[in-house]
This record gives sequence, structure tokens and C-alpha cells, in this order.
Amino acid sequence: MSEKTVRVANGQGFWGDSPLGPVRLVREGPLDYLTMDYLAEVTMSILQKLKSRDPSKGYATDFVKTLERILPEVVEKNIKVIANAGGVNPRACQEAVLETIRKAGYQGVKVGIVSGDNILDRLEELIASGEPLKNMDDGRPLSEVLHRVLSANVYVGAEPLVEALGQGAQIIIAGRCTDPALVAAPLIHEFGWSFDDHDRLAAGTVAGHILECGAQCTGGNFTDWRKVPDMARIGYPIVEGRADGSFDVTKHPGTGGLVTIESVSSQLVYEMGDPKNYITPDVVADFSSIQLEQVGDERVRVSGVQGRPRTETLKVSISYSQGYKAVGQLVVAGPDAEAKARLCADIIWKRLSLDGVEFPASDRLVELVGSGVCFDGIAPAPENLSEVALRIGVRSPNRADVDRFGMELAPLVTSGPPGVTGFAGGRPKATEIVSYWPALVSREKVETQVVIEES
Amino acid sequence: MAQVELSRIAYARSGDKGDGSNVGVIARRPEYYDLLVSELTAERVKKHFSRICRGKVDRYEVPNLHALNFILHDSLGGGGSESLKSDAQGKTHGLGLLQMQIEVPDGLLED
Repeated sequence: MSEKTVRVANGQGFWGDSPLGPVRLVREGPLDYLTMDYLAEVTMSILQKLKSRDPSKGYATDFVKTLERILPEVVEKNIKVIANAGGVNPRACQEAVLETIRKAGYQGVKVGIVSGDNILDRLEELIASGEPLKNMDDGRPLSEVLHRVLSANVYVGAEPLVEALGQGAQIIIAGRCTDPALVAAPLIHEFGWSFDDHDRLAAGTVAGHILECGAQCTGGNFTDWRKVPDMARIGYPIVEGRADGSFDVTKHPGTGGLVTIESVSSQLVYEMGDPKNYITPDVVADFSSIQLEQVGDERVRVSGVQGRPRTETLKVSISYSQGYKAVGQLVVAGPDAEAKARLCADIIWKRLSLDGVEFPASDRLVELVGSGVCFDGIAPAPENLSEVALRIGVRSPNRADVDRFGMELAPLVTSGPPGVTGFAGGRPKATEIVSYWPALVSREKVETQVVIEES
Repeated sequence: MAQVELSRIAYARSGDKGDGSNVGVIARRPEYYDLLVSELTAERVKKHFSRICRGKVDRYEVPNLHALNFILHDSLGGGGSESLKSDAQGKTHGLGLLQMQIEVPDGLLED
């Protein structure tokens, strides 16, 4: 008998990733678990706002649409689905998913949710109980911006997901759980790993880190892009886990992209901090212990991963309002495109000033896209550009000033230098700036709940 | 000694980390790793990104992956959604670092 392996895939690296990812994963090859990642720091504040306007909203609606599309394969092949699509309202997401499953005519499908991560309503209580929720970057206490907080969620780990799997859930919807936990949880569940088994927890975490950005480990965003075959049909990644904690990174046969030591290493260093201390709610993984080996054409083996006991605190992702911003764009065509674009920017600031609206230099941005803005000071700027995009923006606590700025772009087409065009999409409007406040909270102050319902 | 672009001997990936970015640089061959360690000092990387990175640069060694990891503090024009820049997430910083000129001892590079 061959050794048991468990196939876990990720079909969605972020909210907005291609809808084809999960669809092709369930159709183009065998799969035990499909994970999908929907949440970023800014997403939580948007979802919180939607929920405050309508209590039935506040989750990733794309997830429900995707699930509807892949439901036949999910049910027929008994694929388990784990996603952090619950946002700030996992319960409403569960309702919508159950409704979708019933409409499709499937009975007895168990849908679980994990909640307890949302601490927005508990902030004052937590502060009063001796949790200052200090900003991890600069040490300020949260009380300084408490009245401007938009969302507050604790990153939870694999434990409640494993609990839901243990209760037989086929579809699990979490709120703000960590991205790697989505992949670690099925491995922990299937192989019965203990939450004291630091090396295996770390291995599951590394598997999750490799998968969490979807196709970024199978040739997406890869330095040697010319070597990546058939990027349009890029295969989303699959981990084949084994009981000892080692696993293979691969993708379905016949899909585009590649799986090499280079493509996997590139993803391992993505968003890396201190490689020896990759902290999750479950474990502290040591990325300096990872061993990679090319064991097949599209197959990289990961082994040797070591971990240390989890920390006493959990990370909290808090977002707060920090004023407004707007950015707009005009195309300026040559001759003298650059000089004319600079003049346009100058005219905008002067006209705003004539109307009593001023922005300090630190809150203004002028970029001549095409002239090398991304490599400022690194690569020599190209000369005699035949066209540039003038990208111009402001930020301010004053919303009206930001909207006033947006009115001065289009007029340049008729009252500026010649060759100004490409103004589309209307005036840039003020949007709220959402700032991120990372903090820590004592583990014992947070309790997660698992609720399972059946279609 | 020959002067080559860093991309000849390494590949890279970058992304945001708070109001800074991280740039992971990986040697194309294990035998190039020592050269990365000696040439790509935190000071040199800070100087390379002097117009982009306003904070300090931290460096971590990851020998098992033949990689170095750099944290470029205050390099995005504000964290979260504060930044107005095109590259508010530091996605291009890896390609920026790969344009650095590196002195390579004769005979180290294959033709």
C-alpha cells in the first residue's frame, strides 16, 4: 500500500484573483481540499462598512458566486473547501452559501463557520482589561485613534478550522484567519498532528505560505518570465502532504506555468521578515530550516521544516480612518511630452491655490509614468519620451479639498498645452484612506466559535 | 573582475511589509551565494534605493535557500492605503535591486 498523501490546493490568492483558478483546479485533476484566500487588511474595513449599512452584508460575495460554479464537482468528488470569505460576517456568508447549495438541489452538505476573531465591539472592554493594543510599529496606544477605528480582527490560526473539519464540515468559512492556516488545517486534521508538534505545524505553515498567493509559486511574477510556458493557462498550486510533515509542491498535469526550486524559493521569500521567526497563531516557523529538492518535472519536495512553540499573544489587524485621497491621470503626448506634463501639474497646483486650496508638498504626488518613476535614482531616465502619463494625486483630512482637486484635471485638455488627452472615467473623487494598526492581544482574551449547519 | 548586472547571478521578488517593503534575492547557483553576502550589504542596498527608501535597510541571511532578505523601511510613501505612489506595494523593488552593478571575479560566471 502506498503512503497516504493529502492534496491541498489554493485557487484564490486574494480577493480579485482570477475566477478561473478554483474552477480549473476542481476540473483538471484530483484534489482533496480547495482553499481560497479573500482577506487583506484594507478589505476588512470595506466589509465592516458594508455591514454597518446592511446587516446581511460584510463577507466576500465573490466566494458564493465561485462556489455556485464549482458546486457540482465539489459535491461529486467530495472536495472540501476552506476559505476566509466570512469577512466580518461569517454567519451571513454561511446563510448565503446554504441558500446556494439548496437551490442547486444538494442536501446534507455541512457548512461550518469560524467566528470570534472580530473584536471591534470589544475594544473598550479589552483596553480597560489591560490590553493597550499598542501599535507594533511605533508603540502608540490604540486610545489615540480609537474614535477613528473602522475594523478590528484577531488573526486566528488553524485550531478552529481543524475543529470544524473534525465535526464533518465540507465547506468552512472563516473570518480573519491567517492565510497559511487554510492549508495547514487540513494537513493537521488528516494526519492527526498534535498542536504540540511544532515541526509539523511549521511544515503545514510553510506549505500554506507557499500556496497563499496562488500562482505566484507556479511561475507568476517570476524574474525569468520568458521561461514560463503558457502563462494564460497557469496552473494554480497544489501541495501533496505526507504524515512526516514533508510535502511536494506541484500543479495539475498539462497546465501552464512551472514548479521549480526557483519558483518556490521566490514565493518563500515573498513578504518575508526575519526568516527564523515566521510567527503564526499556531507556531513559530523557522524558514532557515527549509530544504528544497526538485523531484520531478513539475514537483518540488519541501522537507526538514522546524518550528518552535507559539507565542503567548495573537496579532490584531486594526484599520482606522486617516483622511481622504484622490489620484487622477492624463496622457500627455509629444513633442516635449515631459516638459508639458510638468507644466500641467504646475498649472493644477496654481489654479487650486487661486481658489484657496493648498496641499503641503508631502501630501501631493506627481509621477510622469513612462519616465522611470518605479526606478527613481536607480536606472537612468529615458530621454525624449514621445508620451507620458501624468499621474497626479493629493491627500488631506479635508474631503472637500480633495474633491476640489479632482475638478482641475479635465480642464487642462482645453486650457493647457497641446497634446493633453486620455482623460477618462470622470473626475477623480475623494476616497477614504484606511490606515493599518498592527497590535498584539493576550491569547486568553480571544475565544473562537465553530457553528455547523446542513443544507 | 567583470562588472555585471545583479540579474545575471540572482533573481528576486518583493512586496509590501507595513510602510516598507521586503526584497528577497536568491542566487542563481549555490556558488554565487557568498558573492551576494559580500557584495549586497545593507548599506549598499540603502544607497541603491536612496531616492525610494527613506528609512533604514535590514538584511537577513537565508543560506539554505541561497538567499538574502532585505527590509526597506519607509519605502512606499505611507502604508496601507495612505500611499499615492504607483507602486504602493513595492512590487517593483525586486526588479530595482536586480539592476545593481556587481563586481564578479573572473571565472565565476559560466559563459
